[in-house]
Formats: sequence, C-alpha cells, structure tokens
Amino acid sequence: MIASKRRVWLRSIVGAAAAACLLGTAGAQETLKIGLLANLEGPFAVPGQDGYRGADMALKEKNGMAGGKKIEFVKVSSDATPDKAVAMTRKAVEQDKVQIMIGPLSGDEGIAVKNYAKTKPDITFINGSSGAQATTLTDPAPNFYRFNTEGAQWMVGLGEHALSKGYKKTFLISEDYGFPYSQVQGFMASYCAKGGKVVDKAWVPLGTKDYASVIAKIPKDIDALVVVLGGSDAVNFLTQYEQAGGNKPMIGGSITVDQTVLNYKGKRRESLLGTASAGPMADSIDTPEWKKFVADYKAQFKDGFPSPSLFAYLYYINTRATLEALDAVKGDLSNGQKAYRDALQKTSFKGPAGEVKIDANRNGVGTTYITEVTKAPDGSFYNKVVKTVPNISQTLGLPEAEFKKMGLGSRDVPDCRK
Amino acid sequence: MNSAATAAAPGSLARTAGLREAGAESRTVAAPGPAPLWSERIGIRPRHLVVLAAALLYPFIASPFFTYQIGAQSLALGLIALSLTFLGGYGGMVSLAQMTVAGFAGYGVAIFGTSSFAAISLGWPWWLACAVSVLLATVFAAAVGWLSVRTEGIYTIMITLAVGVAFFYLAQQNYTVFNGFQGFSKIGAPELFGIDWKEPVPFYFVALGCALAGYFLVKHLVRAPFGIALQGIRDNPRRMESLGYHVTAHRVAAYAVAGLLAAVGGVLMVWYNGRISPGTINLAQMIAILIVAVLGGMRHPIGAFVGAIVYVLLQNFAIDLFVRERFNLVIGGVFLAIVLFSPDGLLGLWAIVRSRLLQPELSNQKRRQL
Repeated sequence: MIASKRRVWLRSIVGAAAAACLLGTAGAQETLKIGLLANLEGPFAVPGQDGYRGADMALKEKNGMAGGKKIEFVKVSSDATPDKAVAMTRKAVEQDKVQIMIGPLSGDEGIAVKNYAKTKPDITFINGSSGAQATTLTDPAPNFYRFNTEGAQWMVGLGEHALSKGYKKTFLISEDYGFPYSQVQGFMASYCAKGGKVVDKAWVPLGTKDYASVIAKIPKDIDALVVVLGGSDAVNFLTQYEQAGGNKPMIGGSITVDQTVLNYKGKRRESLLGTASAGPMADSIDTPEWKKFVADYKAQFKDGFPSPSLFAYLYYINTRATLEALDAVKGDLSNGQKAYRDALQKTSFKGPAGEVKIDANRNGVGTTYITEVTKAPDGSFYNKVVKTVPNISQTLGLPEAEFKKMGLGSRDVPDCRK
Repeated sequence: MNSAATAAAPGSLARTAGLREAGAESRTVAAPGPAPLWSERIGIRPRHLVVLAAALLYPFIASPFFTYQIGAQSLALGLIALSLTFLGGYGGMVSLAQMTVAGFAGYGVAIFGTSSFAAISLGWPWWLACAVSVLLATVFAAAVGWLSVRTEGIYTIMITLAVGVAFFYLAQQNYTVFNGFQGFSKIGAPELFGIDWKEPVPFYFVALGCALAGYFLVKHLVRAPFGIALQGIRDNPRRMESLGYHVTAHRVAAYAVAGLLAAVGGVLMVWYNGRISPGTINLAQMIAILIVAVLGGMRHPIGAFVGAIVYVLLQNFAIDLFVRERFNLVIGGVFLAIVLFSPDGLLGLWAIVRSRLLQPELSNQKRRQL
C-alpha cells in the first residue's frame, strides 16, 4: 500500500510539472519585438543566413532603435516548406507576441504566410525576400507588404536586350516551379511582344542531374538559349551542354549566372562571356549608395560572403522600410496599427540599388539591372551592369487590363512559338 | 505524461520481452490490493481518467497558440506515429511510409474536397471527401503492406522508403492531379452545428477525439485475438505458420489498420496546416514520424503521443534555448541523449525511474541477479 501511495504522489508531481511546462508564459514588453523569419535549415539555409545579416544591417544602421523604442528581433527559422513557414510565423505572432513580422524567404512560403496574415488583421506582415507573383496579385492580404520587386519584374527589359543582340529565336530551359515561371514571364512578356520567338520550352524538375534528353531536343536553328536554372542545376547543365558540343550563346535568369557559375572551371567558361541576365541588384552597381552598402556589409560580417547576396539585399530593404515607417509614426502601433500602415504605404527611400517604394497592392516598384558577364583585368569574371530599367511595376510595364488578359506566369503562359 | 506509466501496466497483455520482468514486479505489488473497481474491470484505470481530464481541461488553461500549434499538432502527429508504433511495436514491421499514407489521405481531402485550386478539386462535401480519402489511403497502405510483408527488417525499411520517395516525386512533378510543387491551400475543417472547427479549441477537440479513438482502438486490438496473433507472428512467424495462421494475410491486415490510423492523422494534419504540398510528405517528414515513435517508445501506444509532444515542443522552442543559428544542435542532441540513455524511448526512461524510486528493494534484487 505504501508503495502505491508513493506511486500516486510521484505521478502527481510529474503531472504537475508537465502541466507547468505546457502552459505558455507571456513576458512583459518593454522593447518593441519584431519577428524575423528566414531559413536556417533546408535548401536555402546558406542564403537564409545572409537574409538575417541583411536585416541585422538595417537595424544596426539605426543603432537598434526605431520610433523611439528599442527594437528586438525575435528570429525564427523555416526549412523552405510553407507548412514550417506558417508554423514559425504563428509561433512568433501568437507565442512571442510580436506586432510586426518580417519574412519569409521563398515564394511558396510567401503565399502561405500571406494567407495566414489574413487571419491576424491586427499584425502587420512585411516580406523578407519571397518573390512569387501571386502573393500580392491574387487575393492580396491588406496587412502584407512587400517592398522588394518579384521574379517577373526582375527580368523586365531583358527581352529587348536579347533582341538588340540579335537573338530572334530562342529555346527555353527552366526549372519547373513557381519562381522560374515568374522569371520566364518577365522575360517573355516584352520579348514576345517585340517579335521574338521562344520555339520550345523544356521544364525540368528542381535538382535535375541529367540533362541529356533536354540537350538532344535543342533545335539547330536557334539564336540563343534562355537558361533559367539556379545553383548546381545551372552548373550541371552547362557542363553537359559543353560536353555535348553545344555552342549557342545564352541568356540567364536572376540566379543563373551568379558567383558559383562564374567560378566554374571548364572550356565553356570563356563562352559565358557576354551572357546577359537581369535582377534587382548587381555586384558591380556604380553608385555611392551601393558601394557604402557593400563596405558596411564587409565590415560587419567577417564570416559573410565576399559581397552581399540577393537575400541580404532584399531583407535589408524590407527591414529598413519597416523601421523607417516606425520612425515616421514615432512607434505608434495603436488603433489596429492604422497610422503605421499609412506610413508604410508612403514609405519611400533611396536604397542601395535604387528607389524603394510600393504600389496600391503593397508590392514593390523598383529598378532592374541588366548585366553581362565580363572579364575583369585580373582575369576573373563578373556581371557588368549594361543597362538600368527604373520604375518597374508588377504589371511589367503593361497596362493592367492587358496584363490581366495574359494572366500569371505558368508553364504555358506566355507563349510565342511561331 | 502520467499515463507513461502504462508502459508497465499490470495485466496488460501488450508486453514485449524486455518489459516482462518489470510487469512481473508490478503484479506482485498490485496483487494484495482491494478488489478491482468496475472501471478497472473494463480496462480503464485512474491514470487514464487523470490524463483524460488534463487533456480535456488543457485548451481552457492554455493560450490559443499552445492549444493549436502544440496541442492539436501533437495529437495529429501522434496519431500518425501511433500507426508506426502499432506496426513496429506489435507487428515487428518498421515502415517509413506512414507519413506517405497520411499524405495520401491529405491529398485526397484536397482533391475530392474544396481547395484554392478549383480546377482540380472536385468540391465534394467534406464528409464524403474525408471518408473516401481515408478509405483509399487504407487500401493504399494495404497495398504497400502487400508489397513489403515478404521482406524483413532493413529490407522492409528500404521498400517503404522507396514507396514514400516515389510518392513524393509523383506529387511534386504531377500537375494534373497533385498540382506539383505548389500543392493545394485553403483546406480546412468544416463549419458544422454553428461551430467553426478550424478555430483552435474546437479543432483541438476534433484532434483529441480522433487521437483517443485511435489510442483505444490500438489498445483493444492488441488484446484481441488478432493482436495476440500479430505479436506471435512478430516473435516467431514460422511457429505461427505451423500453427495454422496465415502470416502474410495477418501482416497485410496490420498494415491496413495502421493505414487507417495514419490516414485519419493525415486528414487532421492537412486541416491543421490548411494546406498540403510535397514538402508535407518529403523524406524529412517521413523520418520525423520514425523519430517521434522511437522518441516516445514503441512498446506502448501512449509512447507515440509522448514522443509527439516532445518533438513538437522542441521544434518550436529549441530556437529560444540556444544560439539561434545552431538550434538544430539542441534538437539533435536531445534525440541522441534519449535514444542513447534509454533505447526504449521516454517510456523506457519512465520505467527506469519508476523501478528505482518505487521498488528499491526489488530493483536491488534484480541488480544482484544480473
């Protein structure tokens, strides 16, 4: 009997401890907490870390203060799946009680977080670096803001540039998911309208290793290849295309001709010279703002990249907009954050890579840089800015009605085979 | 947490070799007690009532976040892990495809029911969509079982791994049925009787109801002739064969039962997330189910839920405990520590603590024997 009494006693202790663990505790809020979601795991773990660096930079520029309050980041991490992005956003909002949330990193995460934002009308959500078109074009959330431009906007102007180089017939090879669809649309919208032809499209799954069947399909009579692949996919394709004896010039997507590809060693490397691509920033922008941004980044992060990545840049501008709007309202988030949201809508500043502002859908309107691969005096390759296209709207410079007629980018939209 | 004690419950037939001794000890303690209450005669013990009361009161004490993201998610995840506990613990078959079965049901709900992608979703009423999805997923699980029952041990793991990865790639690359990389969103529990079952507290009770049903189903099954035979097959298939049992049919049936549990868990999961995409059923998630089951302990059905609670808490709060950039180290470290110090998961730890604290004389005896 004694044993059984002791057992009951022991069980109640354990039960009470478990209950205590499971109950949440909400701390007092002296400083203003801002949630910050990027990726520390999964395929974007390395870019995600640079995203945090970008946000940290923006906060450090303001000495950790905005609107008269000390700002504290509550950092949470996703693994690039929408499920995890929503779960971690929910944790920051409902458990850590942040009133402003910055993130996420990738496109489909962005759509999922936007849908969650609708269920929390009192919290303001600001994008991190996600760039899916649908986030702000299809059924947008009134409390989700994106100060960066998205995948399709990043490619505007590249179509005309390709035509000016005499590429009238092209063959497209691209990864098969949302972000490349947007990129392809951004390229093709103006390319097709001005008379270019994309004779065929090859959609390959993300992470494809073997491109033999795609390479065999490339027609002989084209002027150039449009290659919208990222990271290792791009390197694998280039290597195999070289081995198969391919020699067509190329046009790249925003993440195709990055440093990993430029550092790639092979005979085909020389033929990369002149490859055109486009994006919201470029390593070699020749303005004092950009040079200061790069210098600050290098000074602050000894363990960072040689130059800030796209993700650092995008998190930087979104975080900076968040903080500048807080300054404008002196930290006033009362009344369902109404004043703060009005201030966000009006926020505009000269960022490291051009003007940052948003449109009526709360999506960025900004500059795109057209670059070409060039050889530096020391023999290394870099992307040289050849053209800047300012003020690109989410309708890619088309009237809204015309853009809506075209619809969002997908496997079959847009189309100009003949 | 309390019912972790059930691991070494007196009278439970669901006992594996390692726990037989512990069980014998408990019986010697329990034997001189008073005559069993009515509730004990039908298998309900005080600890069950305590846990049940705690589970019922929980959403009224905890914040909506803890109710939904910790409570409801643990129950849904635990139900899927329970299917693996049943297969692995009582059937001796470790399948990595349980998340795939859950995902199959989840995709079913999205495809037959309503979602953001109207071009594919058929728009059936929710109950029909759920019933058909669960049924199809159970058939799918039986088919997976039929494929893999003739193998043993590591080969079962390989085959179910292959099935799971194949299904993941199918879902990721097929656009006509599974909507590829993007998957489906805006899926949720329906509104019924004037209650929005998507809300944290109602959804928690839906999940709790399903989890309890699953738990008692497994508890009942493992004492029923079917479960006893299954455990016999686990321990000595050739002997059971010679006794006249149809081993293959028994194993396939076990896969089907596990499939039913996983499918219900999958429906809960898709309602919980509000969406499903290939990321929900990728390799990491398949392995997560195994981690949850092993973490809790595979010797008793409650282990799956204990493991799920610990897993979900770690996923959510490890990042607050340690250097943020290295929080996965905490998660990995805790898993490693649990498995290292107690091969039988948290239930095993509980059993060790219990025998040390409650029966020092007995465990001393045992130690002397060893």
